[in-house]
Amino acid sequence: MLNGVMQSRLRGLIILALILMVLPVFFGNPFHYELATQVAIIAATVVGLNLLVGFAGQISLGHAGFFGLGAYFTGIATGTYGWSSVPALMAGAIAVGIVAWIVGRPILRLKGHYLSMATLAVGFIIAIILNNERAITGGPDGMSVPAFEIFGWELSSFGRYSLFGLDISGVQAWYMFASVVLLVAVWFALNLIESPIGRALRSVHGSEVAASVVGVNTAKYKSLVFVISAIYASVMGSLYAHFQGFITPAVASFEFSILFITMVVLGGMGSTFGVILGAVVLKLLPQVLADFQELETVMFGLILMLTMIFMPKGLLPTLTAVVYKRRRRKAGGTA
Amino acid sequence: MTALIEVKELDKAFGGVHAVEGVSFAVNAGQVYSVIGPNGAGKTTLFNLITGLYTPSKGEILLNGESTVRLAPNQLAERGMCRTFQQMQICMNMTAIENVMLGRHLQLKSSLFTTLFRLPSLRRNETVARNRAAELMEYVGCGDYLAAEAPAMSYGGLKRLEIARALAAEPKVILLDEPAAGLNATETAALEELIRKIAEQGITVMLVEHDMKLVMGISDRLLVLNYGRVLAEGTPEEIRQNPDVIAAYLGG
Ligand SMILES: Nc1ncnc2c1ncn2[C@@H]1O[C@H](COP(=O)(O)OP(=O)(O)OP(=O)(O)O)[C@@H](O)[C@H]1O
Ligand SMILES: [Mg+2]
Repeated sequence: MLNGVMQSRLRGLIILALILMVLPVFFGNPFHYELATQVAIIAATVVGLNLLVGFAGQISLGHAGFFGLGAYFTGIATGTYGWSSVPALMAGAIAVGIVAWIVGRPILRLKGHYLSMATLAVGFIIAIILNNERAITGGPDGMSVPAFEIFGWELSSFGRYSLFGLDISGVQAWYMFASVVLLVAVWFALNLIESPIGRALRSVHGSEVAASVVGVNTAKYKSLVFVISAIYASVMGSLYAHFQGFITPAVASFEFSILFITMVVLGGMGSTFGVILGAVVLKLLPQVLADFQELETVMFGLILMLTMIFMPKGLLPTLTAVVYKRRRRKAGGTA
Repeated sequence: MTALIEVKELDKAFGGVHAVEGVSFAVNAGQVYSVIGPNGAGKTTLFNLITGLYTPSKGEILLNGESTVRLAPNQLAERGMCRTFQQMQICMNMTAIENVMLGRHLQLKSSLFTTLFRLPSLRRNETVARNRAAELMEYVGCGDYLAAEAPAMSYGGLKRLEIARALAAEPKVILLDEPAAGLNATETAALEELIRKIAEQGITVMLVEHDMKLVMGISDRLLVLNYGRVLAEGTPEEIRQNPDVIAAYLGG
């Protein structure tokens, strides 16, 4: 039985890896790679957010704030001060972790709508700071960010690379890099969920009193998962900044926070692979419905509402349940 | 001999309502100590006070001589106290066995690093915890649900699952709030057997229960509450013969 659990965990990861490997067959031009890279980075962000929202049952409507902080930390450290990318990314993650811990302690005492409002405010404050500190951030005009660099080697969307003798373009290299990052993000999340820490996190959602009487310090675990999900956002923000090469305060905006939450809710709260599907669908939808660009936020709001009413478990868990039922009915029919 | 739990002049008021008023008693280690009384007598409130979910308005609670009124439930768990609930508290977002494994939270300390990389030490501990949880599920009589999700369990199964979770914490004292509520006669008999086995392990049991046959058969001492106050305290024999109790409760 234990084997069954481990296998199912790894099976999902392997399937995801295969999909990421096969996907380029369908990519017709560099833009597809670019889109897929963005999806992967954002999917990794919502995998982290899902730990907080789906597993621990705490809402955050300001998570783009942490994404934006990571992006700007990297932009400023590498662009203005000439840091190398990895130290900048790590320092940014630590700084964001500390910020999340400091703001998380008091606001995570709140529940429901109050917590929503408080996290919303955190996101707004971060966005306002990024907009107003023109001297450091460039204000609403944004700032450019150097290419990702490690040990003097640069990963640029415009570069050309060779992998095992194969000639690949910059966006192809970025796609591979982002795929690996997504796999690692998912692997960490799966490991975390299936552990004593993960059970404590889920028990905070399942029953806070039950958690506390068996010894779980619920306040501590809420802070912990808030910090972890903020660090996920920060790291992905850093990579996003490098990949885009240019960032504006929009990366920390309310719209972006809502997009993240909608991805979690649509894909399936508490389903790691579900929220990835949510990220894919919601990132591709605006491409398909390019004519409705001004209505994007309205559309996401609508999707959020409709999912909560008609598909509260989310896309992937609902689909899995349907398939499972069909199969059982078929098996029952032949027996 | 000093008492394991000592309650002195305990008071809890909700606005104007005195749910518990001037309650004093002592529970010795190894006893089965029951609290009975009509609906609304303050039994659950008393349990909530003892387990740190409520802070007393007045009075003192001592566990092994240490005052616990400032301690949170998780700190009391660290001192060997665990409980079940009248309003069952099961994590419906987990499997049955994970609920029991949650009970081993304090025994399973692992760092974030070990967890993220799922190092061998964590895997070993998890296997041990899972096996122990499975044993406990068999022990309390919900072995049929080893592979079940919590929401798929029957009411009686869930009640036993809560006891398994509490036992997983290896408590010195366990508080059971109406474990027999909603169970049929067969299930209640099995429950009585289970409580006896728990007590034989040397675990102190505090029990709130309406089933008089169960309570009178199993308890070393009883506390009778009425409108938040102590009506009587003593052995089952003494309680049975107490005229106040007969008038106010058993006779009514
Ligand atoms: N959190 C609360 N807020 C306000 N009043 C409360 C609260 N908890 C309990 N009470 C009141 O305190 C009194 C005692 O309630 P309690 O639940 O302790 O009774 P009980 O003896 O457990 O009853 P039952 O046998 O029905 O479980 C009741 O009048 C109840 O309404
Ligand atoms: Mg009660």
